[in-house]
Amino acid sequence: MTEQVAVRCSALVRRFGPRVALDHLDLEVASGEIFVVVGPDGAGKSTLLRVLCGLLEPTEGDAWVLGKSVRREPEAVRERVGYVPQQFGLYGDLTVWENLRLYADLYHVPRGAFEIRARSLLQEFRLLGVEGRMTAALSGGMKQKLALACALVHQPQVLLLDEPTTGVDPVSRRQFWRTLYDLHRQGITLVLTTPYLDEAERASRVAFLHRGRLVACDDPRGLRGSLPGRVVELVAEPRARAQSLLRARSDVRGVYVFGDRDRVWYTGSDVGGLRRFLEREGVRVEILRPVLPSLEDVFVARLSPEGA
Amino acid sequence: MSVPFAVRAVELTRRFGDVVAVDHVTFEIPRGEVWGFLGPNGAGKSTTVRMLCGILDPTEGRAEVLGLDVRRDREAIKQRIGYMSQRFGLWPDLTVRENLEFYAGAYGLPAAEARRQVEAWLGRSGLAERAHERVAALPAGFRQWLALGCAVLHRPAVLFLDEPTAGVDPLSRRRFWELIHRLAEEGTTVLVTTHAMDEAAHCDRLAFLYGGRIIAQGGPEEIRRAGADHTVVEIQTDRPAETLRAVEGHPAVRDAGLHGAAVHLILHDPGAAESIVGFLRQQGIPVHGVAAVLPSLEDVFVHLVEALEEGA
Repeated sequence: MTEQVAVRCSALVRRFGPRVALDHLDLEVASGEIFVVVGPDGAGKSTLLRVLCGLLEPTEGDAWVLGKSVRREPEAVRERVGYVPQQFGLYGDLTVWENLRLYADLYHVPRGAFEIRARSLLQEFRLLGVEGRMTAALSGGMKQKLALACALVHQPQVLLLDEPTTGVDPVSRRQFWRTLYDLHRQGITLVLTTPYLDEAERASRVAFLHRGRLVACDDPRGLRGSLPGRVVELVAEPRARAQSLLRARSDVRGVYVFGDRDRVWYTGSDVGGLRRFLEREGVRVEILRPVLPSLEDVFVARLSPEGA
Repeated sequence: MSVPFAVRAVELTRRFGDVVAVDHVTFEIPRGEVWGFLGPNGAGKSTTVRMLCGILDPTEGRAEVLGLDVRRDREAIKQRIGYMSQRFGLWPDLTVRENLEFYAGAYGLPAAEARRQVEAWLGRSGLAERAHERVAALPAGFRQWLALGCAVLHRPAVLFLDEPTAGVDPLSRRRFWELIHRLAEEGTTVLVTTHAMDEAAHCDRLAFLYGGRIIAQGGPEEIRRAGADHTVVEIQTDRPAETLRAVEGHPAVRDAGLHGAAVHLILHDPGAAESIVGFLRQQGIPVHGVAAVLPSLEDVFVHLVEALEEGA
């Protein structure tokens, strides 16, 4: 029988001394999701993953992975999850094959099962042919694939990845996401963290974490729909005057600069009226049109003091 | 004397032994513009900036900052520029105000001027309420504000920012960029290096760096439009992974990538969109919508890099 709920947190708190890293977190990840936890540095993303893989004990509350409590059954949790931290512990002076075997032993994979499993992982990650090579000599991309293979050697149903694409260039990032989608198709539930909001658009559901708290959690479409009002793109001359005129309006909650254009968070409903208002004030409006709110727009709105 | 360009590089090159870190780059940054240097690690971004700051000598070519030669006038350049990075040297045990005062002293500002600039920055950045807090206890967003303040106290004409908002929450980041644009309006020229596409969107103009060379430059919209000579089609589907697999090797598809929850296909021929949708449906993949779109900055970057690597 497969568990329907892959991950559940209930009033989860983790403190480090006086610092509250996770502040009463409630969330649920269904089996088969690609769940992305997004937030700035210090939001609690890594702490959450460490609690979920049984490395850190909760201070209060509890979390369950596939029905097993991280507090009471950490061993059972570890059998069921794969965890790829930011600095994955690969041994540079071991070969690719030896690293796989090491992780298989750590997770008590029987020797007989290991051979078959290792071969299929090497094939899947296109590492066949380099299994005898020293890990230190691999390219960055290959090391990342090997790290994934090691985390999957015990066939976990849930894979936790901590900022796998931080600092990665756009080309490699695209390739990495293809790999994630392949894993997802095999039925593995993915929970990953990222500081990049554009990355969260690729998730089945997104959790915004800020200072240890869950600010919002929904699918990308739902999050976009939750923004009060709309986002209007504006190119106008003189720009500074247009900005200050808009900021003075009670139905404009924010004006943000993006290169040659501004993004206006507008809670009114008359976009045409906004244009006429600016033109009456002597501003030449070149572009003024509603655009699809980005997840960043939504996050910013939630964090704004006067926000939703 | 007025120099039209704040920064100018002509065939600027730097080698480290056999490695060409920066390979004959040429660009001109007008005063008051915010420029983004975008590229993966090792693309040559930092090496270029270090040459412009007068820290590293060019192997070939030349560069001027505010009309000053980076080889000959490095001391004069250093007084006129500001530099800030993620690893900017703030003193964790000092308060916010003490850090600003320290840097004002380091730049040799006279006492009265130093006081004025420190107060001005505390007011402008919203750090006034935290002036007496120790930096170690400051949230990341405020630390960035402080680091920026330390870099601009001496009112530099050119400001270099190295991944300035990495790790910062989005609200602080937007405020940060607003201030950067205000500094630019006041005449400061800003050069930002980053590998994050979402940071690039804040710049007036961009240069894509790859393998030490500039592979594209222009305004964000301009770059996207120039990239539109190949047709990009956005496919709405709830099975993006299968869509990517299915179109791999399809003769009409030049490249494919995920974009948000949708898939972007770059086609050889704009007319092929319909037949691809038919093909996907035949494979049992539901397609909820198709639209021709302007490629994203990431689409253009990935495409240029892949085209270069195929040619290599």
